[in-house]
Amino acid sequence: MDREQLCMLKELMALEFTVLEFHLYLDTHPTDQRALMEYNSFVQQLSVLKRQYQDRYGPLTWQEPSAYPWQWINEPWPWEICYE
Amino acid sequence: MWIYEKKLQYPAKVGRANVQMAKYLITQYGGPDGELAASMRYLTQRYHMPTPQAKGILTDIGTEELAHLEIIATLVYKLMDRASLEEIKAAGLGAYYADHDRGLYYVNGEGVPWTAAYIQSKGDPVADLHEDMAAEEKARATYEWLIDLSDDPDLNDTLRFLREREIVHFQRFGEALQIVHEYLDSKKYF
Repeated sequence: MDREQLCMLKELMALEFTVLEFHLYLDTHPTDQRALMEYNSFVQQLSVLKRQYQDRYGPLTWQEPSAYPWQWINEPWPWEICYE
Repeated sequence: MWIYEKKLQYPAKVGRANVQMAKYLITQYGGPDGELAASMRYLTQRYHMPTPQAKGILTDIGTEELAHLEIIATLVYKLMDRASLEEIKAAGLGAYYADHDRGLYYVNGEGVPWTAAYIQSKGDPVADLHEDMAAEEKARATYEWLIDLSDDPDLNDTLRFLREREIVHFQRFGEALQIVHEYLDSKKYF
């Protein structure tokens, strides 16, 4: 995986983690409107970045369109990536 | 249902192959306070939660634990992958090698296989949420002992992330418990 892809992947991981943190918080604070607004804004940013990443590097999850041949099985898998 | 995402939750970094550390770390894969136990515990307890907040938090944390299981697997895989047979024997993993080669199996650091006896499902939301809070504290302590055992700054960075998640989960379970108590109190008529 080249530096550019790794950099974008790490950005995506960080943004998705932010969304998860808000998600868990909102499970036990469903009426916190300010947190909900921030959550919605991060979800929007995440969906844009995810689209860009997948258009460039292939599917991250299922129900995504694929170029030929079938892209899902392309390596590296997550445990094979050197993150340093 | 569940959907796989082809990415880790957090970068799983390893500075160098280290079989001894893999032997210690595998307890977070298949040990009593490990990530498999955590995920299985929460995902099976959620069916008897009385409030939407508790159903939600057990579902979501149970799912996040699967992401942690994948991080632990990646760390063990990287620590073991390029190890020589001599290193494996020296780390006391010769018996593990005989059964699994370098493959990943759900065991604790002493080779004891994972068992459902590590978890409880009482059907009582107060009892179960207390168990969950204790489980998070035990996992936090395990990560601290693992960080003590490791001299690899890259590995420790990933372990520190996982340790911090235990603290957040403890907080969220505590809030869910409070909500469940309030709900149960509101149902009492004398």
